[in-house]
Amino acid sequence: MLRGMAITGYILRRLWQGLVVLVGASVIVFCITSFFADPAKLMLPIAASQTEYEQLKEKLGFYDPAYVRFLRFLGGIVRLDFGKSLWQGVPAMQLVLERLWATTLLSLSAIGIATVIGVPFGTFAALKPRSKLDRFCTVSSLTGVSVADFWLGLMLILLFSVHLRWLPTSGYGAKELLLPALTLAARPLGRIALVTRSAMLDELNRPYVTTARAKGLFEGRVVFYHALKNAALTVVTLCGYEVGRIFAGYAVIIETLFGWPGIGQLAVQSISNDDLPVVQAVVFVAASIVVVLNIVIDLCYAVLDPRIHYT
Amino acid sequence: MSDVSSMDRTLPARSAGSSSLLAKSLRGAWRTLKADKFAMAGLLYLLALFCVATFAGHIAPHDPTFQTLGKRLTPGVWVPGGSTTFPLGTDHLGRDMLSRLIYGSRISIIVGLSTVAIAGTIGTLLGLVSGYYGGKLDDLIMRWADIQMAFPGLLLALSVLALFGPSLQNMVLVLALNNWMWYARLTRGVMLSMREVLFVEAARVIGASNARIIFKHCFPNLASPLITLGTLEVARMILSEASLSFLGFGVQPPTPAWGLMLAEGRGYLPIAWWLVTFAGICIGLTVLAINLVASWLRSVTDPHQRYKLLQQTG
Repeated sequence: MLRGMAITGYILRRLWQGLVVLVGASVIVFCITSFFADPAKLMLPIAASQTEYEQLKEKLGFYDPAYVRFLRFLGGIVRLDFGKSLWQGVPAMQLVLERLWATTLLSLSAIGIATVIGVPFGTFAALKPRSKLDRFCTVSSLTGVSVADFWLGLMLILLFSVHLRWLPTSGYGAKELLLPALTLAARPLGRIALVTRSAMLDELNRPYVTTARAKGLFEGRVVFYHALKNAALTVVTLCGYEVGRIFAGYAVIIETLFGWPGIGQLAVQSISNDDLPVVQAVVFVAASIVVVLNIVIDLCYAVLDPRIHYT
Repeated sequence: MSDVSSMDRTLPARSAGSSSLLAKSLRGAWRTLKADKFAMAGLLYLLALFCVATFAGHIAPHDPTFQTLGKRLTPGVWVPGGSTTFPLGTDHLGRDMLSRLIYGSRISIIVGLSTVAIAGTIGTLLGLVSGYYGGKLDDLIMRWADIQMAFPGLLLALSVLALFGPSLQNMVLVLALNNWMWYARLTRGVMLSMREVLFVEAARVIGASNARIIFKHCFPNLASPLITLGTLEVARMILSEASLSFLGFGVQPPTPAWGLMLAEGRGYLPIAWWLVTFAGICIGLTVLAINLVASWLRSVTDPHQRYKLLQQTG
C-alpha cells in the first residue's frame, strides 16, 4: 500500500518534471522559429509589393510584442494546435499524427531486431570471456556502433535492391519496412550486445550465481533465468533510450533515405520548405515521446526490480 | 636542525618516487596497449589519418575540386586495365576520388575536435560550478540540461542550420551547443561526491579560494573520465557531421567531405558503387578506431574497469 502511494507520488513528480522539460523545449523552438524565420515572405508570390508584405505580416501578428506572440504560441500548444501547415493548408498537428504510426512501426521493428539478436549475442560472449566468440561479439558490436547508418542503408540498397533485386528501395509497406528497419537496428544492436555482455559479466561474478550452480541447477536456468533477469534492467533502459534516440533524430536520415513516410521525413521536408508550424509540431511531438519514454523506463524498473524505492 | 636535514633528504626522494610512478603507469598503459591488438591498430590508424590530413596537399595525387568532365564516373584499379591516374575512380564530375577522400579527412577531424573542445569546455565549466556550489544554480543548470537531453537535437540542428545558412562554423557551433550536457552531467556527478572529500575540506580550511579548490584540487580527478568521454564524443560528432552534410545542411559543395560525398554519390548507386562505398568505409573506420582507443583509455584509467578485466582473466 505504502509502496503504491510512493509510486503514485513519484509518477506525479516525474510528470511535473516532464512538463517543465516540454515547456522548455517549446520555448527553444519558439525562439528559433519565430524570431528568425519569415513566413510572410514565403506565403506571398514573388511579385508581391512591399505593402502587401507588411499587411500580411501585420495579419500574421508579426508586429505584436514578443510576450504576446509567445503566449499565443503557448495557448496553441495547450490545445495541441500549432496552426495550419503553410504548404498543405491542413492543421500541422494532424499531419504529424498521420505520420506518427509509420515512425513508431519502424522504430519498434528496429529495436525488436536489435534485442532479439543482441541479447543472446552478448550473453554468450559473457559466458566465455576472452574467447574467440567474445572477441567477435565485441568487435562486430563496435563496428555496428561505428558505421554511419545512412551508409549502411546505401550498402543494403546496393546489395538487396540493385544487385539481387529482392527488395524495393523505397516506399511504405511490409516489404519496404525490412531495409530501413535493418539499417536502424545496427547501432542499437551493437550497443545492446555490448551492454548485455558487460552486465552479464557483472552478474555471473556474483555469489548468488555460485549458489545457484552449487544447488545443482542447470546452467541454462542459472544463466537465462537468474543472471539474465538481473542484467535485464540495464538492457531495458538501453532499449527505451534507443527508441527515444530514433524518434529524436536517427529516423530523420533513414526515413529520408528510404522514403519512409514518417515524422522524420516530414521534419526534413518542412524544414526545407520553411513550414514552421509543422516543424514546431514535429519537435514538440518528438520531445513528448522522449519524455514519456523516460518515465515509462523508470517505471519498468519498479516492475523488474522490487528493491528500488521511490522517494 | 636534524629535522630539516631529514626533510631535505626525503624531498628529492619523494619527487623521484612520483615521477617513477608516472613512468610506471605509462609503462602499464603501454603494456595493455601492446596486449590489446585492436586498440593498437586503432591508434596507428588515427596517427596515420592525422598525417594524411596534415600533409593532404603533398599526398593527394590531384586537386580534389578539379573536374575532368571527359572522365566522369571512371572506375579505378579494380577493373582490368582500369585507370591508374585515378586509382579509386572518379565521381560524377570527373574529380579524383582518392584526393577527395584524403582532403575529406580534414573536415571530419576539424569538426570532431573543435566541437568536442567547445562543448567540453562549456559543459565542464557548467558542471564544475553546478556540482561545487549546488543550490538554485545547480537546479537551473541541470534542468536546462534535462530539457536539452529530451530535445530532438538533430531536428534543432537542422532548423538552425536552415535558418542561419549551412556552413562549417555554424555546424560546429550547433553541434557544440547540442552536446555540452554530457560533460556537465559527468563533471557535476564527480564534483558532488568530491565536495565532501577530506582533501577538499582541508584545502578549504587552510583558506584556499574556490577557484583554486575547483581547478587545482578537484579538476585533476576529472581528467580521466573526461578524456574518455571526449574521445567517444569525437567519434559521435564525426558521425553527426556526416549526417548533417549528407542531408545537405552541413559542409557545402564543392568542399570534399565524406558525408557530402555519400550524398553526391547516392544518385549514381546502380552504375558507380565506388562513389558511396569508399567514403562510408572511411567514416566507419575512423569512428571504429576512435571507439577502440576510447575503450582502451577507459580500461587504463578507470580502476573499476581494470578490476573487472582482472576478474575475467582470473
